[in-house]
Amino acid sequence: MSNPLSLAAVVLVCLTTLAVGGLGLRLSRRTSDFYVAGRAVSPRLNASAIGGEYLSAASFLGVAGLIYDQGVDMVWLPVGYTLGYLVLLVIVAAPMRRSGAYTLPDFAEARLGSRAIRLVSSALVIGIGCLYLIPQFQGASLTLSLVTGAPAWAGGFVVMVVIALAVGAGGMRSITLVQAMQYWIKLTALAVPAFVLLALWFRSGAPSPQVDPSWHVPLSPTSPDDHPTYRTVSIVLALCLGTMGLPHVLVRYYTNPDGVGARRTTVTVIALLGTFYLLPPIYAALGRVAYPTLPAGVGSDTIVLRLPETFVDGLTGQLLTAMLAGGAFAAFLSTASGLAMSVTGVIDQELLRPRLARFAGGDVPGIRGFRISAVLAVLVPYVLSRVAEPLGLATTVGLAFALAAATFAPLIMLGVWWRRLSTWGAMAGLLVGGTAALSSIVTTMVVDDLGGWAGAILANPAMWATPLALATAVIVSLATPGRIPAGTTRTMVRLHTPERVALARSRLPE
Amino acid sequence: MRSRTVARDLDEQTRLGAVYLDGLMRAQLRLSVAVLALTTVGLTALPVVLTLVPATRELSVLGIPFPWLVLGVAVYPSAWFLARWYTRQAERLEQDFTEVVESP
Repeated sequence: MSNPLSLAAVVLVCLTTLAVGGLGLRLSRRTSDFYVAGRAVSPRLNASAIGGEYLSAASFLGVAGLIYDQGVDMVWLPVGYTLGYLVLLVIVAAPMRRSGAYTLPDFAEARLGSRAIRLVSSALVIGIGCLYLIPQFQGASLTLSLVTGAPAWAGGFVVMVVIALAVGAGGMRSITLVQAMQYWIKLTALAVPAFVLLALWFRSGAPSPQVDPSWHVPLSPTSPDDHPTYRTVSIVLALCLGTMGLPHVLVRYYTNPDGVGARRTTVTVIALLGTFYLLPPIYAALGRVAYPTLPAGVGSDTIVLRLPETFVDGLTGQLLTAMLAGGAFAAFLSTASGLAMSVTGVIDQELLRPRLARFAGGDVPGIRGFRISAVLAVLVPYVLSRVAEPLGLATTVGLAFALAAATFAPLIMLGVWWRRLSTWGAMAGLLVGGTAALSSIVTTMVVDDLGGWAGAILANPAMWATPLALATAVIVSLATPGRIPAGTTRTMVRLHTPERVALARSRLPE
Repeated sequence: MRSRTVARDLDEQTRLGAVYLDGLMRAQLRLSVAVLALTTVGLTALPVVLTLVPATRELSVLGIPFPWLVLGVAVYPSAWFLARWYTRQAERLEQDFTEVVESP
């Protein structure tokens, strides 16, 4: 179904992203502008930006596809995506802002005073970022192929180029504006077609979705050796805890003016996400009206894009498809640019800048290294997205959440709330959680279908890997009290004391 | 009579400062754990109700089955109210703390 309007919508979204990115170029002057937009973003703008960044290919296409496929049980996914912010709010939002760190590795180093932990955290940021970028590129390829008949490599390639340009040009300031705009584009692009389709469905006599009864029953098995309760609990846990450990999410908290602002931002984020997630189940249910079963050779991830033209012919159908395609591209671009921004920051600070400085005798302009890093940060995941077997957009994203939940979540929770966390304990927790989650993820991605309990446990590692990492960190910390960082009390004072209390020594210069 | 504020004790990490910091952290953590516990109870309530009262499986409002209404709609405003309540409580705790530590 080649559709010139859809192509135009995709081009328009890409050009707008580049144009707003170029606006950021003129505003960005100092290095701190590139990282955190000079720390002067209002809670409302910040909340839109977080929403815009967070709603990815998985939310825009993947969730509706999975609900279409498996029914009400998959509604746990958007519930988990939203509740992740509630958990983030009550555990880390304000302390994380007060820590004064730019990135997760910065936080880890500031809290624990260890270069080694910083390096492991940096590797994890790159790992989680890549894992999360892969489905964005795959979603872009799938969308562009579907609406224009372009070859399978093209969509991901376009997203890669646009992001490298936008991130390399303006850094975080441009991204904040771009992201805030993207939330509203995405909401409109998903809501308007949903209401038009609902009206058309109502006018044609409101036929019921063709499903078997288990589609409406939570925690019902999808196959005889499925373990729906374990699977669901593990997924919800991964999403709830993983959110705080996603590199592109926490970096947003540094752009809040203070801890109170960080909390207020999060409350607005929950409202914005909740509004958006009302929509995917509508597409899933209408999908079951139009296609009682999935046509041969069609992936459920494309169900959203296919719906308009099955309900209405001609220009209206094409217009609605174009809106959805544009919105989907907004989703890929915004999430991918946020992730690319975080990965770029880590590559720039950890790998490139120290090397370039040695090579050129400390005379390299910081911005050039940043731009080289931006290219690296998108090129590697794009290549991986071409060679990796597609697992389904929301499933791959779920694995990135599980990795974050098993590594950064224990580190952040203990780091913010527990004074007795030792350097060795933190390191042991990161390594055990990371190894456990990564080996499960790689096994799931490489081996086709394990089935039974082994398959369920490896495909959803958060349920056991997170408690394992947490317990390891606590036990090793208790066994090595001599390795508790000397500055722990000072850090705790900084993380928890309200900004209005004047502290001459414990605050960092802004 | 003390003429200095607790804020200075916090800053200089005296034993008194540590006691106040512990108090603040414990109060904040108690609030956070309460929110997390409420969330967990809320999430487990749906499967429990569906199992204990099978009639709810057939229940539907305006043609939308009950499980869809809970998971697809009701969760979000509940999460928002809980988040807003938490934020107000946390700000109040900080306000009280600020007044105490800054009074001479």
